[in-house]
Amino acid sequence: MYHKTLGYKCFSVVNHFLLIVIALSCFLPLLHLLAQSFSSKAAVNGDLVLFWPVEFNWDAYVKTFRNSNFTGSMWISVVRTVGGTLLSMFVITTAGYALSKEFRGRTALMWFFVFTMLFSGGLIPSYILISSLGLKDTLWALVLPGAFGAYNLILIMNFFKTIPKALEEAAFIDGASFFQTFVRVYLPLSLPGLATVGLFIMVGHWNSWFDGILYMSDTSRYPLASFLQTVVVQNSAQGMALSASEAAALSEQSIKAAQIFISTLPIILVYPFLQRYFVKGIVLGAVKE
Amino acid sequence: MVMMLISRHIEMKALLVALHYTSGCTHNWEEGETKIATLNLQKGIPRTKKTTWKKETKKNWPLYLLCLPAIVLVIIFSYAPMVGVVIAFQDYKPWLGMLHSNWIGLDNFARIFQYEESKQAIVNTLVIAVIKIVVGIVVPVIMAILLNEIRFMGLKRGIQTLVYLPHFLSWVTIAGIMIDILSLDGGINALLHRVFGMEPIYFLGDPAYFRATVIISDLWKNFGFSMIVYLATIVSIDPSYYEAAEIDGATRFQQTRFVTLPSMMPMIIVISTLALGGILDAGFDQIFNLYNPLVYSTGDIIDTYVYRSSLLSGQYGFGTAVGLFKSGISLILIVISYRIAYKVAGYKIF
Repeated sequence: MYHKTLGYKCFSVVNHFLLIVIALSCFLPLLHLLAQSFSSKAAVNGDLVLFWPVEFNWDAYVKTFRNSNFTGSMWISVVRTVGGTLLSMFVITTAGYALSKEFRGRTALMWFFVFTMLFSGGLIPSYILISSLGLKDTLWALVLPGAFGAYNLILIMNFFKTIPKALEEAAFIDGASFFQTFVRVYLPLSLPGLATVGLFIMVGHWNSWFDGILYMSDTSRYPLASFLQTVVVQNSAQGMALSASEAAALSEQSIKAAQIFISTLPIILVYPFLQRYFVKGIVLGAVKE
Repeated sequence: MVMMLISRHIEMKALLVALHYTSGCTHNWEEGETKIATLNLQKGIPRTKKTTWKKETKKNWPLYLLCLPAIVLVIIFSYAPMVGVVIAFQDYKPWLGMLHSNWIGLDNFARIFQYEESKQAIVNTLVIAVIKIVVGIVVPVIMAILLNEIRFMGLKRGIQTLVYLPHFLSWVTIAGIMIDILSLDGGINALLHRVFGMEPIYFLGDPAYFRATVIISDLWKNFGFSMIVYLATIVSIDPSYYEAAEIDGATRFQQTRFVTLPSMMPMIIVISTLALGGILDAGFDQIFNLYNPLVYSTGDIIDTYVYRSSLLSGQYGFGTAVGLFKSGISLILIVISYRIAYKVAGYKIF
């Protein structure tokens, strides 16, 4: 009956206010960005835009999608995200399935994988390796080095372990091989787990910017995140591709805002799924216990 | 790549801890079941009998085959660079390669402690990382407790949805927003001026403010995500503890102090221990996108220094030595932290 005390009521009011303010602070910067991207040059440069567009127009988006550097980078990002995620999932699920079983050498193999998350060769040796394999300036440089992740392996392995053995036994009795059990029993039953890990890998690929800058010698081969890094952080005017007349009509900040927003949009779109699978998975699991 | 590996390592850690705690129970129970089951199943070979490699391979070859893609990738992209660290002991010249460059022993490592810049980078790394770790545990714990006090489920869920979001944005995106709103004539300075009458602060260009800017923006990005684990722990506390405390006349604050916090303690201890391994990891992605030469004195960290000294200035051997210095110490710390977490709370990596 603490709810009814005056002290708790005061706390509760302050608490609601505080948490709502904090929650809004996590979202308002994005809204500000969106508003800037739709506002006119005068409004943006005069700092008149807060969370609602002033003198609404699409120009920054039209310009951004006409910029072949931007769309080219976006395509590279799409390819690496889709391809990279599929490759990662293939490598991780196969190994994860095998390692969820007991067999000779399993522990040694597990340590062989886990050691990669405790120690790594570092920036320069990795760079030299990629160069000497001739992978520089190819998509493989963005996809292969990170394709295997020990953490994701452990996650998937744990999902596989929660599948009742009786199902596997039934499959074996029906004459299924390890491969058939893997594809027909384990993969379909661990879809929520696979979706979680898959979405995480996708977000990781989409957001990954440093490998592009490191391994691509030409900005035209940059994935979107690396391209954005050069525009937004290094302030490269090239990424804007503005002619003199366009520069007079469009605010650089509007274009930056539009570019940032477009590149964030896929994350915002998959976010509800991420949250559903990921957060609920953990919270429900905890409640069961 | 290293930096990305390590940052993923940190973010996945919370998830792993949660999974260990939530699914641990079912596992043990099931493994107990399976041991009996595998006895009759595995084509007549009893588990107790020592199997030879030959028999084992004949029976389980598909399992070895399934591991093969991962093994190949790991050998090439993880273990080969580990061999590559030998250039830390060389005066590495790209045109001579690893085999023909001069061996110079520990000279590169000695230089780490001679250069002002590298010493400063180590200090900055430690300061930024330690504060990030402490704040990154204390704030999410408090936030989880406060959020749990919100009874109206719709609002609670709404707040959760918003505060998890920044974790999934990339530092490039966030840096883009920060550079705009933290500039001298940007939104935050305008707000501070209007409310407190303060002079504009150059958050990203003033060495006195840069660390605070980095720490607070990192907290903003990640507190929601770190909170998930603690929220899950609070939800799993047995309600009868609260009922008993209530009957004894405990106020809500006393209930929090004597029921909620003690119940969260094991999780807090495990996460704090595991955070020890990240003590030389101040966040490359973030710093690289926010810093500039004006703030090198307080903001340059080991990872950014490695990048500049090697890839930009061509001192490959030296850069590798700095990196190896970092990953060597991190390895030791991670091993120690896992040992402690195992001893104290029974935490296992796999």
